[in-house]
Amino acid sequence: MDIVTAIVGRLLKAVITLLMIVILNFFLIHAAPGDPAAVMAGEAGAADAKYIAQLREQFGLDQPLMVQFWNYVSGVLQLDLGYSYRQQMPVLDLILERLPATLILTLTAFGMSLLLGIVFGLAAAARQGKWSDTVITSLSLLFYATPLFWVALMAVVLFSVKLGWFPAFGYETVGADYVGFQMVLDRLKHLVLPAFTLGLFFMAVYLRMTRSSVLEVSQMDFVKTARAKGLQENVIRRRHILRNALLPVVTLAGLQAGQLVGGAVLTETVFAWPGIGRLMFESLTARDYNTLLGVFLISAAMVILFNVVTDLVYRLIDPRIGAGGAA
Amino acid sequence: MKDFFKRFSRNRGALIGLFILVVVILVAVFAPLLYPDSPWKMVQRPFLAPFSVDGFPLGTDTLGRDVAAGLAHGARVSLIVGLVSTLVALLIGVPLGALAGFYGGLVDDGAMRFTEFFQTIPNFALAIVLVAIMEPTLPTITLAIAIVSWPPVARLVRAEVLSLRRREFVDAARLAGLSNMRILFGHILPNAMSPIIVMASLMVATAILLESSLSFLGLGDPNIMSWGYMIGAARTVIRNAWWLSFIPGVAILMTVLALNLIGEGLNDALNPRLARKGR
Repeated sequence: MDIVTAIVGRLLKAVITLLMIVILNFFLIHAAPGDPAAVMAGEAGAADAKYIAQLREQFGLDQPLMVQFWNYVSGVLQLDLGYSYRQQMPVLDLILERLPATLILTLTAFGMSLLLGIVFGLAAAARQGKWSDTVITSLSLLFYATPLFWVALMAVVLFSVKLGWFPAFGYETVGADYVGFQMVLDRLKHLVLPAFTLGLFFMAVYLRMTRSSVLEVSQMDFVKTARAKGLQENVIRRRHILRNALLPVVTLAGLQAGQLVGGAVLTETVFAWPGIGRLMFESLTARDYNTLLGVFLISAAMVILFNVVTDLVYRLIDPRIGAGGAA
Repeated sequence: MKDFFKRFSRNRGALIGLFILVVVILVAVFAPLLYPDSPWKMVQRPFLAPFSVDGFPLGTDTLGRDVAAGLAHGARVSLIVGLVSTLVALLIGVPLGALAGFYGGLVDDGAMRFTEFFQTIPNFALAIVLVAIMEPTLPTITLAIAIVSWPPVARLVRAEVLSLRRREFVDAARLAGLSNMRILFGHILPNAMSPIIVMASLMVATAILLESSLSFLGLGDPNIMSWGYMIGAARTVIRNAWWLSFIPGVAILMTVLALNLIGEGLNDALNPRLARKGR
């Protein structure tokens, strides 16, 4: 099988997964408590039976379930995620408005946690058994057990309230109207605490993975061979151990990235970061199920997309994986 | 078995973890005796700092409720949800993975596609949606956490069964005329127990984190005091009374850390050849 077939196959699989999520979403919407028409009428302040019936007809809620299902799926295929009667806006518009903030936050947190995780993981592995290894691994164990929302709150107390180093909420200074470089700097300052607290847990995960992967590869025969050949230790480390040890770390990190989206709900809630995670929390408290499930659908789609990209990149980097290898 | 205890007790981290967990369990079990009143009851002025008034070592919260009482009662919720949701996840994941690994072919394909599907969905987001739709109560929260936690179990059990099903003891059982089900559940699965136990102990830790995150967001059972709720309720006063968020967070951190340490200790003790390989 050549690479094109593999890519097409992988994309097809992603599309099927996405469709399954759409189906799941439809049933979740229907399982949501309350009659949507009655809720809508209540929002409009006119909860009489005639108006409810009219709404039901308008939104196709009087149709048989199969018809409603078809309407929903074809709607989603046309990027129609329904209407948020709370915010008086189509759900998709709400999400698109918030998506950039979440992408900036999660990608920064992902890059930072992967980089720091690998650097500290390598450092720990190189000093296996020494006290610095113990310190690094103990700290990672601690971060691994720390509730994300709690570390975010504590970061606010320490770095924002007590030390005043970073702003505690939002993604820019309200009313400052910075432009150019100052605006970038202002936004970066706002990004530091959310990205760091979101990334901390994942940094611990990648650190542990890197450390154990390096230690495992170091024991392998080809490394012994390289040593026996008299290669310099730093050449062995760089060319033989590092490459082989990091490949699984990077792949697993890519597959794990979906968890970041979930974490973003907590981080964005604590820092009032205007992304889709915060939108999820807001729709939760407002019982706005259309928006809640719209965010759920989009975040699942983002994760699938990210997985496809990681998978394809992996195939390109690693020659050992045949084009038709395990996905 | 003797070797197991010897190896486990040589692991200092695991012993510390076990000690912490025992303390948390004791507090949870005796919470109704230590604090017979409801943890929701106002007992003193609000915002008492820890150690400022006798009888309230951890102070009081925004509504004058005893923080120590909340902590003790919250331990019950964390442990029960962690334990029960893990058991339910095992009940879904173990049979599914076992059947997939044992029968292979179409059964395997179907079961694994199903598992992959659930693994792709961002699990915390799914848990939020499930609890929001089912209305937050202790059983629905537990169920939602189980639903998002079982896929790794299915994959692990499948891999174990795959590697065990060609062994001689399985052939012997087959020759003895045992049925497939008896071979699978009576002979293969018991040999796959140790990695499952290790994974289960780590899953309890993750479940506790999930439960606290859900109740922090307001998706906890409104009638039950939990650590996540305490942090969420104190969030708005974080500038004036940071300890109200700090204290329950430490409780979560210590409990989760303890379970992780125990999980690592179990891993080293049950799989001595794989020891220290990490995950």
